[in-house]
Amino acid sequence: MPHLRAEDLREILGRDLPGAVQDPSPLQIVPPPSHGPQPGSFVTGDTLVEPGRIVEVALYLRDSLGYTYLSDIAVVDYLADGVFELGYRFYHVDGGPALVLKARLPRESPELPSLTPDWPGANFHEREAFDLYGITFVGHPFLRRIYMWDEFEGFPMRKDFPKQGDKYIGEEE
Amino acid sequence: MGHMADSDNIQLDLEKQGVFVSTVNRFYNWGRRSSIWPMSFGLACCAIEMMAFGLSRYDVARFGAELFRASPRQADLMIVAGTVTKKMLPQVVRLYNQMAEPRYVISMGACATSGGPFRDGYNVVRGVDLFLPVDVYIPGCPPRPEALLHALITLQEQIDGQRLGRLRWYGKGDKPQTQDFPVPTFGAQGLEVDGALVDPVGGLPLLGPYTSPGHGEQKSGEIEHPEIARHFPIMDPAVELEHALKARGVAPEIAADDLKRDEVSDAAS
Amino acid sequence: MIKTEELQINIGPQHPSTHGVFRMLVTVDGETITDLKPVFGYLHRNHEQLAEVNTYLQNMPYTDRLDYFNSMANNHAYAMAVEKLAGIEVPERAEYIRVLMVELTRVLNHAGALGFLINDMGAWQTQLAFGMREREKILDLFESASGARLMCNYFRFGGVARDLPDDFMPRLKDLLVAMPAFIDELERLLRENEILLQRSEGIGILPQELAIAYSVTGPVLRASGVAYDIRKAEPYSVYDRFDFDVPVGSVGDVYDRILVRIEEMRQSKRIIEQIIEQLPDAQGGHINPKARQNVRPPVGDAYARVESPKGELGFYLVSDGSTKPYRYKVRAPSFINLTPLGDMSRGYKVADVVVILGSIDIVMGEVDR
Repeated sequence: MPHLRAEDLREILGRDLPGAVQDPSPLQIVPPPSHGPQPGSFVTGDTLVEPGRIVEVALYLRDSLGYTYLSDIAVVDYLADGVFELGYRFYHVDGGPALVLKARLPRESPELPSLTPDWPGANFHEREAFDLYGITFVGHPFLRRIYMWDEFEGFPMRKDFPKQGDKYIGEEE
Repeated sequence: MGHMADSDNIQLDLEKQGVFVSTVNRFYNWGRRSSIWPMSFGLACCAIEMMAFGLSRYDVARFGAELFRASPRQADLMIVAGTVTKKMLPQVVRLYNQMAEPRYVISMGACATSGGPFRDGYNVVRGVDLFLPVDVYIPGCPPRPEALLHALITLQEQIDGQRLGRLRWYGKGDKPQTQDFPVPTFGAQGLEVDGALVDPVGGLPLLGPYTSPGHGEQKSGEIEHPEIARHFPIMDPAVELEHALKARGVAPEIAADDLKRDEVSDAAS
Repeated sequence: MIKTEELQINIGPQHPSTHGVFRMLVTVDGETITDLKPVFGYLHRNHEQLAEVNTYLQNMPYTDRLDYFNSMANNHAYAMAVEKLAGIEVPERAEYIRVLMVELTRVLNHAGALGFLINDMGAWQTQLAFGMREREKILDLFESASGARLMCNYFRFGGVARDLPDDFMPRLKDLLVAMPAFIDELERLLRENEILLQRSEGIGILPQELAIAYSVTGPVLRASGVAYDIRKAEPYSVYDRFDFDVPVGSVGDVYDRILVRIEEMRQSKRIIEQIIEQLPDAQGGHINPKARQNVRPPVGDAYARVESPKGELGFYLVSDGSTKPYRYKVRAPSFINLTPLGDMSRGYKVADVVVILGSIDIVMGEVDR
């Protein structure tokens, strides 16, 4: 059962695809409170890839390392840090844990190449990210809203999308 | 009242003797209450319990409502079984409009009644009664099949209480007093009726609910408290984002780019 | 050659064969499908966004409502993700109870799914009534353990909500005695019925390479000949202690998907029998005494996945150090399994589309979330 740790993956990628891997900067997630204990920052243990080269790295994972199975694309909106982070999760068909690639995009212009032409399985993940977070995947064949209706404007899963309701009253602790 | 009770007693006594006497009302109501055909219309989790209600163990055939019809034209009863989302709502209203009178609605479960656990979701309608008149509400998430049976029996009791002369679909005049309910359309900020925003995405609904049509009455469903519109942040250009993580106001990029509102972009520039 | 014209029709969102509020935009040439585009969002009830406002424990009942056919499997994946994030240990007995519940869920899901599939083929309600009859027996067991039929909300971080009731094991053994007869009856009905064979053999073929490229999981992937089962590929909980097989198909058509599901029910029964043997020796209680009800995990992220009856169900959580998840993402199997629907349906007749959709076995609560 293949098992490739994140450090080994970074080393392999640094050797074969120089410049594709970035050093992850710590994420603050929440703005530091004025008093009380500091929540501490978060440094991801996964491989951070330059967004423009995500297709190249993903194809390397598929063709050279045999991780053919793209399981998930998860978007996280780190509002305080001003980035969207996309987590790509690849598996080997023989089993074993995942290889995770992450890419960070600036919130002002979230745009990166699409994986759908190479992995048809990325289709709905990318449409979902476009619908709820407004991330543009260049080269996607059918980048349309998937959950909301086409006439709708705005990206409801962003942390700064305005919301009203009982759950949002008195949210401040 | 007393007269009715006496006549009912006489009727029961006669039935024991094998003599059946009936009024037109009673006969007419008996016919309708014993053959309520539900529409096979499942929205979410409650639909699974609705299926259990129709199948062998709970066996709704005992109450004459086993014939689930796929077409609204053939159905008498719409069981709104599950969460009604803003994207689904136009279809729900249209299906209701396509049903022939007399038509009934059971709001099954917390979601259909009020939005339930998903009440604060941006795409969830806070109760189907904002857009349709509901006859029987069932609490629970999901209600057990027994609860749905109870709702059906409650509906049958409501039908028993109806009087032919006062039903809305036999009203005086040229046409029956039934109406097509306005089918909402999709807008840039939420659901619209006749071009006016009635249920904004991420905001509170601007409509009042319909009351029960059990005795042939229904409200207009007009916008009841338009003052809430002022407090909805998307519509209030003066509100600014208080805190980076609090979804209380309009973020600059949403105001400027996403919603493409002229007055805000003018103010920003 | 007759000159034909293409026609676009909508199947759904209100249609008896779409398994909920699902819409397919179908382009047909005569009776033959030339294109199919699924349209979602009719049950998009903002699960992920509401989860960011709830505490970790408050989200447990919400996961029940994802795939409302198998709430226990959803509970399992979510509990595992939070335990990974917060570093909570699970006692051995709790792990056995969890696996027991999840395997029972698999049986009831497949019994129901095959019932719906045959319903779609035109055997209106007959097979569904058989499947639901078996399902009700398992639901009774769930109710005695958790207090609810459908939305069990049974798992907790570090264990399960309460221990099994005293009469659970005798009732479970009775159920297992009766189960093979039901599965055999189901298989006989499918294998020996000429109509069902005609409707399922060679329909909706998904080749192996395409299945992997499309990220399909669960019985649909295994029917295409890929022996990928997370219980074997990346064992979690106590699955490495059980002896069971992973059934695979050869062609990847609807018929293979039916056979794989039937065989999986038999394998689940095998696992449950081993649990009954091993459970009395299991150490620890049903819940970790140190596990607090409301967790406050350290800053970080975690992903946990299980083999739910429909495929790979994963939860991705990001914690900002508070009692509420900062991000809560569900990797839903039904949603991704729908990706190849267009390719699987192309070239078949309109009547086959509902059968192909039924063989994928989707639940809209999970697709739209």
